[in-house]
Amino acid sequence: MSANSPEKVGEEAVLAKGWWRANKWLLLRRTSQLLVIVLFLTGPLLGEGYWIAKGNLTSSLTFDILPLTDPYVLLQSFFAGHELISQALIGAVIVTVFYFLVGGRVFCSWVCPVNIVTDTADGLRRKFNIKGGARFSRNLRYWVLAMTLIIAVISGSIAWELINPVSILHRSIIFGFGYAGFVILAVFIFDLLLSRQGWCGHLCPVGAFYSVLGRISFIRVSAVNRENCDDCMDCFLVCPEKQVIKPALKGAKKGTGPVIMDKNCTNCGRCIDVCAKNVFKFSNRFNNDMLLNESKKEEVAP
Amino acid sequence: MFEHLLSRRRFIVETARMISGVALLGIGLGLYTKESKSLPAYALRPPGVKSEDDFLSACIRCGLCVRDCPYDILKLSKLAEPVALGTPYFEARKVPCEMCEDIPCVKACPTGALDKELTNIDDARMGLAVIVDQETCLNYQGLRCDVCHRVCPLLNEAITLEPRHNQRSGKHTLFIPVVHSDKCTGCGKCERACVLEAAAIKVLPLELAKGELGHHYRLGWEEKEKAGESLVTPDREHKYNLPEGLKYEHDGKGLLKDSR
Repeated sequence: MSANSPEKVGEEAVLAKGWWRANKWLLLRRTSQLLVIVLFLTGPLLGEGYWIAKGNLTSSLTFDILPLTDPYVLLQSFFAGHELISQALIGAVIVTVFYFLVGGRVFCSWVCPVNIVTDTADGLRRKFNIKGGARFSRNLRYWVLAMTLIIAVISGSIAWELINPVSILHRSIIFGFGYAGFVILAVFIFDLLLSRQGWCGHLCPVGAFYSVLGRISFIRVSAVNRENCDDCMDCFLVCPEKQVIKPALKGAKKGTGPVIMDKNCTNCGRCIDVCAKNVFKFSNRFNNDMLLNESKKEEVAP
Repeated sequence: MFEHLLSRRRFIVETARMISGVALLGIGLGLYTKESKSLPAYALRPPGVKSEDDFLSACIRCGLCVRDCPYDILKLSKLAEPVALGTPYFEARKVPCEMCEDIPCVKACPTGALDKELTNIDDARMGLAVIVDQETCLNYQGLRCDVCHRVCPLLNEAITLEPRHNQRSGKHTLFIPVVHSDKCTGCGKCERACVLEAAAIKVLPLELAKGELGHHYRLGWEEKEKAGESLVTPDREHKYNLPEGLKYEHDGKGLLKDSR
C-alpha cells in the first residue's frame, strides 16, 4: 500500500469505519473548544442569572466557586516582579494538575480557539495541495518561550499578553473584537501560505509552555496495533506534530513505543480518526513499558 | 573528520539563527511593551491600582473585574486602543465609578493587581479631579453652577466651595470649587456631571495632577504651630513714630485714633 495523497486523507477511514467514527475525536474536540467559549457567554447572552464561567482563559471563576488561572500567564507575572497571591495560585495549581494528568498540550487541541484557525489553514493546505513556505525548527518555540519570560523580567510587565493571539482571540470573542480580527487573520495567512503549521507547531510559546508542563503526563495516544499499519501515511499528514508519531508507530525494531511519549503530542486523537486499520487508541504512559517488557519476554523465550 | 566539523558548524549557525530571530522579535516586543505603559490621561484604572508599572506586572487581563462591576463601567482595552491590551479601564466623562462600598472589582481580581488591602472605597485613588479650565468653569465666572460640588460622593470634603471676591463686579462673591487631594478618590462623578460641552473639571492620573513640594520646604506658619511659638526672632515691641493722636497696637486692633 502506497501513501495517500494529502487531499484524500481520511477517505479510507470513512469507508472502513463510517463518517462518524472517522471524525469522532475531531468532533469531540471542536465541541470542547466551542464549549470553552460558550460557557463564558451564557451570562452576557442569557442574562445576569445564567453565569457559568466568568473571565476568560487567563483566569476564570466557574459557578462562582472554581477558580482557574493560566499558569503561563501567572509565571510571566511572577517574572515581571509581582508577588503571587493565593487566589491566583490555587487556580494555577488546579490547571497544572489537570494538564499534568490529561497531557499538557491538550490545552492546544481541546481548549485553545486558535487551534480551530490553524487546523483550518492546515486543512486548506492539504485540500488545495499548497506546499512549501518558510521552514524553521520546531524547537524555536522554546526560544520564544524563554524570550517572553526574559522580556517580562526586563520590562517588568506581562509583555507577551500584548500580542498573544491565543488570549486575544478568546478574550475578543467574549469581550468584543475591535481590530483583533487582524491578528487572527495574520495567524491564519501565516499558517496557510507562509509556513506549514507555523504558529502552533513552531512558534507559539503557550503551546511550548504546556508541552513542558505535560512532559510526563499520564494520558497518551498509543499505536497499539502498529503491526496493522499499511503505510498509508494518513496519520502523518493530519498530525499537527508529525515528528511524535514515528518512534511509536515505527519503533518496534528499535524497542520504542507503542505509546507516543513525545511531549508535543497534543492528544488531539486525529490519528485515531483517520486510521482505517485502527492502529491508534488512547492509552496511558505506563502501557509503554508493559508492552516493551512483554516483547522482551518473548525474545527471551526459546 | 570534516563532516564532523561541518555538522558542528551547521549546528552553531542554526542555533545562532534561531536565537537572533527570537531576539529580534524580543526587541520589538520589548519596545512595544515600553510604549504600552504610557496610559492616556483620560483612561482611569479601577480602584486599588498602586501605579501603572505595578499594575502591568500583575494584571493578567482576565476581565473578572469587568464582570463583577455592577454598573458596567469597566471595560477591557481592545487592540489598537492606546491602553495596554486587555487591561481594564474607564473614562470618567462617559461613565464614572460608582464607588461601591463592597468594592466588587477588587474582590474579583485573582492576582491582586487591584490591591486587596483597599477595603474602604474612600481610600481609593483612581486619579485626582482638577479644574483644568478656569476660563470656562461657570463658578469662576461668578455663576452658581456648583454641579461638581453637588454630585461629589464626598460632599464638602473632596470639593469645597471657597468664597473669593468677584473683582469683575466689585461687589459679588465667587464660589471657587477647590479639590482636596487627601479626599478625592478620582471617581469622576464631577467630570461626568460638568454641564459644559467639554468638562472644565477633569480627573487626571495622580502623577499628572499632583504637585509636590520640595522636601526641604518648611512652611513658616505650620512650623510655628508645631513648635507652639515663632521660630524666628520673637516679635519685639516696636516703636512707632506716629502723628499726634494716633497709636498702633501690633497684636490688637492696629491703627487707633486717640479718642481724647
